[in-house]
Amino acid sequence: MSGLLVSLILLLTASALPLAAWRRPALASRLGSWGGAAACGVGLASSIAAFAGSVTASRAWPWVTPVGGAFSLALDPLSAFFLIPMFLVCGLGAVYGRAYLAGDEGRLALGPSWCFYNLLTASMIVVLTASNALLFLVSWEVMTLASFFLVTYDHDRAESRLAGRLYLIAAHIGTAFLVVFVLLGRRYTGTLDMSQWPAAFAGIPAARLGLLFVCLVIGFGTKAGFMPLHVWLPEAHPAAPSHVSAVMSGVMIKTGIYGLLRFGTMLGTPALWWGGLLVAVGLASCVFGILFALAQQDIKRQLAYSSVENMGIVALALGVALVARALQLPTVALLALAAALLHVLNHAVFKSLLFFGAGAIYRATHTRNLDALGGLLKRMPRLGLGLIVGAAAISALPPFNGFVGEFLLYRAAVLGLNSDADAGMILLAAIGGLALTGGLAAACFTRLVGVALLGEPRTPEAAAAVEPAGAFRWPVTILAALCLALGVLGPFLVVRLAPLLSLLSGDPLAKVSGLLAPETGPLTAVTLMALLVLALVVIVAWARHGLLRGRDVREAGTWDCGYARPTARMQYTATSFAQPLVGLFVRLLRSRRRYAIAPGLFPASASLNAETRDVVRERVFTPVFQFVDRWLSFLKWLQSGRVQLYILYIVITLLGLLFWTLRGGA
Amino acid sequence: MTSWLDIVMVLLFLTDLGLLGSSRLGVYVRLAAVQGVLVGVLPLLVQHTLALETVAVAAGTIAVKSVLFPWLMARIMRGFDDRRERQPYLGYTVSLVLGVLAVGAALWISRRLPESGAGGLAAHGFLMPAALFSIFTGLILLVTRRKAVTQVLGYLVMENGIYVAGMVLVPESTFLVELGVLLDLFVGVFLMGIMIFHIQREFDHIDTDQLAALKDWGGEP
Amino acid sequence: MNGRGLIHYALALLLAPLLLGVINRVKAAFAGRRGQPVLQPYYDLVKLLQKGAVYSRTTTWVFRAGPVVTLAALLAALALVPFAGQAGPLSFQGDVIVCVYLLGLARFFTVLAALDTGSAFEGMGASREVQFSALAEPALLVGLVVLGRQTSTASLGPMFAAVGPALWMTAGTTLALLAVAFFIVLLSENSRVPFDDPNTHLELTMIHEVMVLDHGGPDFGLILYGSALKLWIFSAFVAGLVVPYRCGNGWVDTAAAVGALLLTALVVGTVESCMARLRLLRVPHLLISATVAAVLAFLLMTR
Repeated sequence: MSGLLVSLILLLTASALPLAAWRRPALASRLGSWGGAAACGVGLASSIAAFAGSVTASRAWPWVTPVGGAFSLALDPLSAFFLIPMFLVCGLGAVYGRAYLAGDEGRLALGPSWCFYNLLTASMIVVLTASNALLFLVSWEVMTLASFFLVTYDHDRAESRLAGRLYLIAAHIGTAFLVVFVLLGRRYTGTLDMSQWPAAFAGIPAARLGLLFVCLVIGFGTKAGFMPLHVWLPEAHPAAPSHVSAVMSGVMIKTGIYGLLRFGTMLGTPALWWGGLLVAVGLASCVFGILFALAQQDIKRQLAYSSVENMGIVALALGVALVARALQLPTVALLALAAALLHVLNHAVFKSLLFFGAGAIYRATHTRNLDALGGLLKRMPRLGLGLIVGAAAISALPPFNGFVGEFLLYRAAVLGLNSDADAGMILLAAIGGLALTGGLAAACFTRLVGVALLGEPRTPEAAAAVEPAGAFRWPVTILAALCLALGVLGPFLVVRLAPLLSLLSGDPLAKVSGLLAPETGPLTAVTLMALLVLALVVIVAWARHGLLRGRDVREAGTWDCGYARPTARMQYTATSFAQPLVGLFVRLLRSRRRYAIAPGLFPASASLNAETRDVVRERVFTPVFQFVDRWLSFLKWLQSGRVQLYILYIVITLLGLLFWTLRGGA
Repeated sequence: MTSWLDIVMVLLFLTDLGLLGSSRLGVYVRLAAVQGVLVGVLPLLVQHTLALETVAVAAGTIAVKSVLFPWLMARIMRGFDDRRERQPYLGYTVSLVLGVLAVGAALWISRRLPESGAGGLAAHGFLMPAALFSIFTGLILLVTRRKAVTQVLGYLVMENGIYVAGMVLVPESTFLVELGVLLDLFVGVFLMGIMIFHIQREFDHIDTDQLAALKDWGGEP
Repeated sequence: MNGRGLIHYALALLLAPLLLGVINRVKAAFAGRRGQPVLQPYYDLVKLLQKGAVYSRTTTWVFRAGPVVTLAALLAALALVPFAGQAGPLSFQGDVIVCVYLLGLARFFTVLAALDTGSAFEGMGASREVQFSALAEPALLVGLVVLGRQTSTASLGPMFAAVGPALWMTAGTTLALLAVAFFIVLLSENSRVPFDDPNTHLELTMIHEVMVLDHGGPDFGLILYGSALKLWIFSAFVAGLVVPYRCGNGWVDTAAAVGALLLTALVVGTVESCMARLRLLRVPHLLISATVAAVLAFLLMTR
């Protein structure tokens, strides 16, 4: 706990100093980066120690608020588990960010950016450890605002401002539901001390608990990016600087999952429909998320949609766990929970890797458009290797880490399939949806790697790219190594999760360990298979090398079916690669295509432009907000733009409240 | 006996899915004929004794549903240039996926239906789901297809479902109900046949959506 | 690890190219030709492995790693596949999932190697491959999981060991639907007609073959051998389901299973000879039908 507090204080300092040094951007950058990295290092060490030792600790400071808030922090295995990837990614992001932001020195203000970056990290520490509901809400809001300022870092660009506005609105709609949840919670339990809530919720009727659960899913789902509440993600992630995208996508959206786990487990035994709801949300997020990812040309937007997909997988796992809890299948519930937790960790690793990589590509080529890239692996071999590892990991391929979480989820669903006919249908839908998602993810990430890194460069900018500096590369390399390590250490990790699973399921540790014990066999086998694949790769490669030794090995142009002068523009592009799948699902994606058909017999030019905008945003939110806008426009006279009037409003409100309070007195 | 019933019902499921997933009118008519046989032999499998009445009804059903109707429809279609259901409102693949959801729904509903006193027939796993699924299939076809022939087929499939459901719920008077419905359907097919024949002669096609152009208040040119 | 499983593994390594030979022979017979020798794939392999190689200047290490990783993944997957009712040498609970994802790993690197050449044709093949496999994967996985539920296990070995005449009597419809699903996936994943025509001479209509246009020499040998292994894996699924012959004597069972595989190859060859290739736009429909069959098998089981 004290390590965390040190880290918190360091972060607040590292947040204030760059602001003070804002006139000297290089210094501000150095202060923010080093301070953030050091604080994350301290925090990482202390949270790993806390998780390994299953430490539970709490601290409280007096905080005078009218409704019963307190500045109380508590550390338990759940907090520690989420803190580990948070510190890891934020720390690497701080190192990476300094190199990344150096390109903007002189054009944009670096001091405030570092201030908010470290503030974001600090607020996440408090979110993940708050044990008072009011403190939780306040830190949640600080987190939202800090990330808002980071998204609008490049505020000269209209797309950044739009993304920021969208994010702010979406985040506050989500927060509104959380406020409702906290208010209802306080009403039912009489306290804001979250440690007393589980016991106090026990006697509440099921219908009210269901209402609370729905509030949680909407409130935290907005942050986590569940469909159809994901609309802010594909705008905010591309607009933000890459290290911020990595932090937001890698760890900040996970605070939504943390919230679901933290508060969801307080609600006691779930009804079957809770799990069904989460499975449905999860399936929609997985399948639509990855389909939209497939249809994007912007690398970072693709990665953002892929985050929607991965959060969908986590929601799916949580849904399966809830279904299993409702049907009293403890092993299935434990496996699914373990799958959700592992996927949270794994996604933090490979998604931040991919965002770091995408940022490095952006800095090297000045474009995020996949169709303008190509041939980068030859120009940046080390970064490219890291990206290929990340792509394989996020496609859930063995021997990398993405597979372990999905394997556990499949295991859970298959085990639960026998239980009950209705639940069987839900679980089979989960299995089928996950398999489809897996195939589509492979398509999506072979496209990313194949178009950006392989082949010939499609533009001069891509051809001129060179290997980026070490600060860009090292975070990627470290994370790629983690992808492989976590993929091979699966069984070890799951055993370590036992105390956390015991905390979440409410079962004693001995029972949890007993239920998990038979599952270590298959997991060990998965690890052995992963090692076998690696060994076989080495053996086959060695054999191939032996066969080719001393033989005639030449280089030539690509065989293009007899065509003698292929050019880079003749390659398949990202758009054409995805076209069959996008075309198959065009009714859902609503892709638009614009043609300019070439005239005449020997046309000089023709063009085709395919674009897939967010269906939910265009078809649901935009009409709804336009409707609201139309009906509320008569209130516009309130906003006159004169300060005097606004002060008058405040005075009137205050006086009104004063009269309201005093009306019964004397 | 039960396993034969199982096989017949599974085949009913498959013909329904086949109807949802194919585009050729010829396939539709052939599948409908197969369905007629499947539904026709049902009384023989359900009634454990071979009464003359049962055999007669079975023979009659098969004769009407799998010989007469298909023959009539094949006759109607002989004049068509285009024997495919082109551009349905819902694609074949989507219909197929919708079909699987409908199977799930049928099973879910039939698990929750109260068991009627039909000699344990309702408890028999496949009858009720197959009946419900045929009804759903008929509805999907009616709603999503354009051609008049397919519309008639939708009714036919739905009627098959109702017939099977009737056998489960009111086994005593199934045949009476069936006779009535069959008569209605016969008149329906007959009228539709005449109508399609005339529409086609007038307009050179049988897309029902273009009948909308006949509405008298329409403002379109 | 088990002795007979290892023998079966060795048998698969040895006999897999034979399946390709049988299919070609059957197709030749249908066309009224004598056709190439049944052992032709072996001759091809030997010849390819003796050659040198030519690499495109565009390519990187990914292109060279493609065939290697693909073959390694298939070799690992093969160790999980049951044969003659006997579990694969490395079978364990949950190997179903690992097996399907290893096939995914093989595909991932084949596709990357194809994109590495920068050729429009190979990009096209890769694009089609990922589309069809994304649709085939649910069919295969759901099918295997449903079979697992029918036989109450999540391991391929016991799953196929439990399939027998007795199970066909009690759950025939389920098994028949699954067999249909597996067979469709077999045709799709091994790029056979009606999904892909391995003998076509026009690159525009190819799927799998066009992805490996640039590979030559030992690399192409690895690819050819890998595709033979893949055919063996899928044929083992189909044959294990449809021809679950067991008499008790292990060697006779093994021989019968090899016979069943050759029979599957015969059926594949017959299908290839009697059917035309589907229009590419119709392929997803067939693959989704396979998933539908597998899901229907499950639904009928849970009534």
